[in-house]
Amino acid sequence: MATKLLMKGNEALAEAAIRAGLKAYFGYPITPQSELLEYLVRELPKRGGAILQAESEIASINMVYGAAATGERVMTSTSSPGFSLMQEGISYIACAELPCLLVNVMRGGPGLGTIQPGQCDYFQAVKGGGHGDYRMIVLAPGSVQEMADFVYLGFDLADKYRIPVLILTDGALGQMMEMVEFPEYDIEAHLVDHSSWATTGKKKGSERHIITSLFLDPEILENVNLHLQKKYDTIREKEVRYEAVMTDDADFIVVAYGLSARVSHKAIEMGRQEGMKVGLLRPQTLFPFPSEQLNALADHVNGILVVEMSAGQMVEDVRLSVNGKVPVEFYGRMGGMIPAPEEILNEINRFYSQKLIEETF
Amino acid sequence: MTNEIKIAGFGGQGVLSMGMTLAYAGVFEGKQVVWMPSYGPEMRGGTANCTVIISNDRISSPIINQFDMAIILNQPSLDKFENTVKPMGQIFYESNNVINPPTREDVSVFEVPAALEAVNLKNAKGMNMIMLGAFLEKNPIVSIDSILKALKKVLPERHHHLISANEKALKRGMELLQNPVLS
Amino acid sequence: MTNRNEGIQCEILDRMDIVWERPPALLDVKMHYCPGCGHSVVHKVLMEVIEELDIQDKTIGIAPVGCAVLAYDYLDIDMQEAAHGRATAVATGIKRVRPDRIVFTYQGDGDLAAIGTAETIHTVNRGEQIVIVFINNGIYGMTGGQMAPTTLPGMKTTTSPDGRDVESQGHPLKIADMIALLPGAYYVTRQSVTSAKGVRKLKKALLSAFQYQIERKPGTSFIEVVSNCPAGWKMTPIEANRWLKEEMLKYYPLGDLKTPDT
Repeated sequence: MATKLLMKGNEALAEAAIRAGLKAYFGYPITPQSELLEYLVRELPKRGGAILQAESEIASINMVYGAAATGERVMTSTSSPGFSLMQEGISYIACAELPCLLVNVMRGGPGLGTIQPGQCDYFQAVKGGGHGDYRMIVLAPGSVQEMADFVYLGFDLADKYRIPVLILTDGALGQMMEMVEFPEYDIEAHLVDHSSWATTGKKKGSERHIITSLFLDPEILENVNLHLQKKYDTIREKEVRYEAVMTDDADFIVVAYGLSARVSHKAIEMGRQEGMKVGLLRPQTLFPFPSEQLNALADHVNGILVVEMSAGQMVEDVRLSVNGKVPVEFYGRMGGMIPAPEEILNEINRFYSQKLIEETF
Repeated sequence: MTNEIKIAGFGGQGVLSMGMTLAYAGVFEGKQVVWMPSYGPEMRGGTANCTVIISNDRISSPIINQFDMAIILNQPSLDKFENTVKPMGQIFYESNNVINPPTREDVSVFEVPAALEAVNLKNAKGMNMIMLGAFLEKNPIVSIDSILKALKKVLPERHHHLISANEKALKRGMELLQNPVLS
Repeated sequence: MTNRNEGIQCEILDRMDIVWERPPALLDVKMHYCPGCGHSVVHKVLMEVIEELDIQDKTIGIAPVGCAVLAYDYLDIDMQEAAHGRATAVATGIKRVRPDRIVFTYQGDGDLAAIGTAETIHTVNRGEQIVIVFINNGIYGMTGGQMAPTTLPGMKTTTSPDGRDVESQGHPLKIADMIALLPGAYYVTRQSVTSAKGVRKLKKALLSAFQYQIERKPGTSFIEVVSNCPAGWKMTPIEANRWLKEEMLKYYPLGDLKTPDT
């Protein structure tokens, strides 16, 4: 029986990484994720892993690129400005098809912005972020428990698809404490044999291994791209994850992820108390996005409200998913502000009163 | 049953650890809990506050703007949070640090002279536990035993010898409101 | 792959006739380097050293962005291609997770001393137990002859067409001298490949550097090779070597900058 602990999101994530067999972590301090680095500095060396505070996020991601090439489980974490600095390296990792875990504990931007929570790096996370046609698997935890659970899932997916996996979360989820239970996890049973490609020294009598993202011949590079796109299609088909709350009888749904989804959850509970048939769809994977599920839901609801701590980024994917079937409204706060449940309820109310007017006249 | 609590004061008054202790005690009683701190530069000597939610059910939003109870350790925090307490809610305030007491009439207000009592107990750092004791006297949502177990988790091991002093402070806080000064 | 060197194979009558031999760890493929370029010589010496130390099966090399970006096409070892300037960070990642492996980077002056300066200095300052091979030819070769951080004062490049003006374009960076000041540096030396004697000295330096890593000596070995770029310098190979000796070595004198005894 696993024990229940009260932990900060950042610390739960770090602890789960160790339990998932983390072999090396490279990172640079930045608020609001420094607890991750601090926790791992204390714990990882005792438990069989290497840790290094790098000179920059650029160095961190390139250390991850090197370490991941050995086939071991490795990771880095940062917050928004630092994640921008990592984009070039992530593009290399994606092209070279190396498994690794990345964490962006988002804060409000643009620029140096604020250290308060934000969700304004959605586009950067799900559309590639760096140069070239690549994707990461993007996991969006909605609780401290999921901060831990998605680490195991993230490493497993990274190994399975040889792809960088990003946990996209925010400062509030990173800093807040909730109960967390660490599952039994047999590392050995989950490790994938990477010896066919990893650079660990050329075995006598066998071919050398090269990790590169350079393909000067356009025909070869196009094939590399086609291979990557095929992999992303498989991921779209098999790895969509989401949570649906009270959507079965809903005539209106809110779509939100991470912290926004938690606040929206409260708003729909309040709405239900007022007799509104309102539900919540919370994507747990942002890439792949639950497009088909949203499209199907759009057949049964009269409208959708997307709530984000941004100027409206995921709302574009929701609109693409429902393809004009129903109106998709947006409510967002920016700059480190968090929407309150009452604000979201107001938006839901606005929809209902509009519908009432339409039905009356 | 859900209790949504705001705890606020200066950095260094033990605001965050008081909230964490309360939350951990909730864990020991099998409840769902959330502890959400304010973080950032305001922590460095300025005002610090945290939200604690203790519930029998799954907790949706960790972000709330209205609270059932507020434990207030200084004037700026009272000014900021007095109006966020729900009607019929409760405000516990530390009377040495709050010069202008709450004026709301639709909430229960409890004056707690915790700083003074802490000095009397020769345990100035125990002020937060006196406040917590007073709070628990009126809201026995967790037991003192659970609080003491929680302190073992919240305090670093080198401070575990302080737990008995903290227990005294908690009990003193409870006594204070057994004959409450209801304003 | 067909042997592109077939046409130039000649009959060997006596082993005493051999003046150049490809070490087996240097792959039998045609290199893309320009005639007279120092890279191919350094590649050959490097692989001789790896063979002599019998570490081919546990060595991992990091290729840079620059002329040597395709070094992995020539060296018969596991290799990884790094982003521009980040080779020592990549090497750090490997070495930290697999300290039992032998890791080296192979970088040019733009890569190591311009865009990658921070990584270079911090890697050595941490004393990462790797070998850094630094090819300094005073110019950006691959992108077509632009000014490098190591370009000499007055030297003409496509981005300093009137010669490097130190007042507006800064001074040549003696990064090896800076590196030698760092406590994490174990062995820092500057060698050259313009003469047979120089090549032998380079090989000796590389042997020492890799041996130190095998013995897990505390710190980084940094080997600068003052090299030529006939194409970028717009000279014949002979002119380039002469210019290197007469001009480059004045600014970048050869010899050890830090040895384990100093």
